[in-house]
Amino acid sequence: MKKEFEVISKIIKNKKRVLDVGCGDGTLMEYLKNSQQNDVRGLEPQKNLAQKCISKGLSVIEGDAEKDLIQFPKKSFDYVVLSQTLQAFLNPEKVLDQLLRIGKQTIVSVPNFGYWKVRLHLLFKGTMPVTKNLPNEWYNTPNLHMCTIKDFVNFCNKKKIKIDKSMCLTNEKISEITKKNMDYKNVFSELGIFLIE
Amino acid sequence: MPGLAGLFFCLIMNTEIKGIKKLIVNQSLELDCGKVIKNFPVAYETYGTLNKNKDNAILAFHALTGDQFCTNINPITKREGWWTFAVGPGKSIDTDKYFVICANVLGGCMGSYGPKEINPETNKLFGTTFPVITIRDMVRAQKYLIDHLGIKKLLSVIGGSMGGMQVLQFAALYPNLSHSAIPIACSASHSAQNIALNELGRQAIMADPNWKKENSSPDKGLAVARMAAHITYLSKKGLEEKFGRKLQDKGSLKFSFDADFQIESYLRYQGATFVDRFDANSYLYITRAMDYFDLEKQFNGNLSLAFKDNKAKFCVISFSSDWLYPTSENKEIVIALNACGANVTFVEINSDKGHDSFLLDVPQFLRTIREFINSTYNEVKK
Repeated sequence: MKKEFEVISKIIKNKKRVLDVGCGDGTLMEYLKNSQQNDVRGLEPQKNLAQKCISKGLSVIEGDAEKDLIQFPKKSFDYVVLSQTLQAFLNPEKVLDQLLRIGKQTIVSVPNFGYWKVRLHLLFKGTMPVTKNLPNEWYNTPNLHMCTIKDFVNFCNKKKIKIDKSMCLTNEKISEITKKNMDYKNVFSELGIFLIE
Repeated sequence: MPGLAGLFFCLIMNTEIKGIKKLIVNQSLELDCGKVIKNFPVAYETYGTLNKNKDNAILAFHALTGDQFCTNINPITKREGWWTFAVGPGKSIDTDKYFVICANVLGGCMGSYGPKEINPETNKLFGTTFPVITIRDMVRAQKYLIDHLGIKKLLSVIGGSMGGMQVLQFAALYPNLSHSAIPIACSASHSAQNIALNELGRQAIMADPNWKKENSSPDKGLAVARMAAHITYLSKKGLEEKFGRKLQDKGSLKFSFDADFQIESYLRYQGATFVDRFDANSYLYITRAMDYFDLEKQFNGNLSLAFKDNKAKFCVISFSSDWLYPTSENKEIVIALNACGANVTFVEINSDKGHDSFLLDVPQFLRTIREFINSTYNEVKK
């Protein structure tokens, strides 16, 4: 399992109710369910991926977060997880509002567009960055709203969203983001992981 | 409950006549219409073997024109069962592994208490003197069968179309009686469009001069009802692909009202063969039961309450080209389940075969039910 999921699983701990939005093939859900006895549901727009979840015995709803989150009641999950998908929504702000409504706490991870490799790629090559975390070309990327770690933190502050934990990942290493090291982390991290409410 | 054991003793009389197994329930059942029935037959069939723990039983509910013979050759009609693609050894609902139970619904015409049976009070056929029955009545009648077989908790209840409605009703009536529930291509409340289509079929039957005549049956009316209904089970694209404007005889148009087009001939055939195996009055009663089905209303306008505290795993399945029970209506069920925190899986299967998809060889669908049932069973055994 990738490091990001390890970090997320550690935050969630055991026996919680979890909704994984954009759960993909269910890798994280499977771990949360089988190794940590969480009660997990997934939401996944792609049929073939939803099918994979079913074959693993996971409860998945084929659906689109932008339309289907509305059906879940307020605070019906201990945690709602959104892994590297926020930037792909037509309206990330609305989706985030829904996540915060449904979950007592929400875990959001965002690929950092401020990562130095991304910056240099654009600066020197003059073309849209293609990296490990952003593998698509500009014409076929699902990512509509890229942001940096700093952008996301600013956004939370502006929206008065409480950030309980902010962490970042670089080369499979996890570290804390603080006010002091923000500018540094915004350059040297590939991924930001936030626990918000 | 001291009388319970005794009750089960006197409850049951099991018979088998001409290949039809029947459970005679001698307890009284008050139907939704208010009439109390007693000593009524529930015809059923089983496939596979019930294991020692009795935890591998799956109750399959049939749709409007189905019956208890869901797979193998139907001993009465000599045709393949309606769910041969899904049920059988090694198939999605694997009878090498699971014990599959299927009962003919109340109002049906394959041996269960229905208008084709003799009314013991008058010694005449019930016909239209048969009481109006509901989906809830059908489900409650089948509960006796589950008790008779000594099953405390089913592995799954499954069904498509009207079978799916019975799944929902079963879940609402008996929240702890099944580990999982698989409603397929159905709705929690029959839509105006579907009531309209059923009414069309009923009027076709009732317009036939042979309807209600003694020793005759309204074959023409029933055939027309079946033809109309059959169109609703297909999709426009499916019809285009299979028939298009192809002519029955390769020559040109005949400038008559014979079946020039293949689709006409196909529908006529569907109508003609249907009357051999189905009772017109059963068609009236069962379509009525579907129209009356409104689970939301049963729970005072809040469908979620139907599934409150239900610990079963639900798997709701719809088909992309089904316009009779469209994905949107299936999703209403999912929404209600999510609203009460139930454990729900939902998938829409891509298929051009319309509502009929659940009866056909649609690999993704068959794989979905196989995997869902198998994973549920693995969890039950844990």
